[in-house]
Amino acid sequence: MSKRSDARLWIAQRATAALLALCVTVHLVTIVYAVRGGLSAAEILGRTRGNVGWLAFYTVFVLAVAVHAPIGLRPVVTEWLGWRGRSREWAALALGVALAWMGMRAVLVLYA
Amino acid sequence: MTALQVDVWRGAAEGRLQRYDVPRFPSQTVLDVVTHIQRKLDPTLAYRYACRVGMCGSCAMTVNGVPRWTCRTHVDRVAKNGVLQLRPLRNLPVIRDLVTDMRSFFDKWERAGGHFEGASTKADDFARVAPDSAARQAADAGIECIGCGVCYSACDVVSWNPDYLGPAALNRAWTLVNDPRDKAGVTRLRAIAGDAGCHACHTHMSCTERCPKHISPTASIAGLKRAVTRAALDGKL
Repeated sequence: MSKRSDARLWIAQRATAALLALCVTVHLVTIVYAVRGGLSAAEILGRTRGNVGWLAFYTVFVLAVAVHAPIGLRPVVTEWLGWRGRSREWAALALGVALAWMGMRAVLVLYA
Repeated sequence: MTALQVDVWRGAAEGRLQRYDVPRFPSQTVLDVVTHIQRKLDPTLAYRYACRVGMCGSCAMTVNGVPRWTCRTHVDRVAKNGVLQLRPLRNLPVIRDLVTDMRSFFDKWERAGGHFEGASTKADDFARVAPDSAARQAADAGIECIGCGVCYSACDVVSWNPDYLGPAALNRAWTLVNDPRDKAGVTRLRAIAGDAGCHACHTHMSCTERCPKHISPTASIAGLKRAVTRAALDGKL
């Protein structure tokens, strides 16, 4: 991987980290708020169904995770398992696609 | 006179700790202890030193698990219960006993573009660098490194990723990035970017914690990350 790509991935990871700091905070506050009177599927769906705001928020959240986590796992698998080279990059890409797919599926189900 | 129990690494990559009893003296340094062993108890012990006063950086060893200059480390400060354990610096191949092969350490300085590349000739006037300029201040903060290898030995990322350039080489590169006379520019940033360069640093700050010169290679590496980011965003990398 070129130095330019390395630098871009690092920037992407830092930028998504900043987004995630915000997203996780909003998410946790929402959880604490939502469970005050008990938690039910109907209550969650009542909040998210047809709500473009929550759709946008969790779309950003999921996509940030899908970018952030695979980039960060690359050095982890290199340092702990000695895994490097092209196969590592493909595995990271596959993880990113899987996270985005699973996450967006959940987001869309809660919206539609 | 009380005796100090000193366990010293003997061998190379494979070896064992050997126990020596060394008499205690006032203001005794760890280097004094090693020298006593080599001169009075066991002349086969291999170790390295030169200046004895914290200028050359050649006597660094692992003292009770911590990389230190042995010449500037008093026994009183580190000998818990009168016991010392001395090993060679971590993250470097051991030649024999307490002597490491530092070639990989210095090769990485070269790989990091750690040499000055000027463009002026002797016909040119002296470069004038304002002492209070931000670049000069940043270079000043890292310039006193004497290449002892303590930070390199303290760095966990080096042990996990042997290709990693390490704190000292990156700190050196940062001082040159901040030298307005130096013309390596983006070439050096390419050399220090990436998985084996500044982006591999986890900001554990072990290098900063252990540097005997109180330099912060962590801050230098953070500066390199910012410089690389700017170059990447400008499309220059």
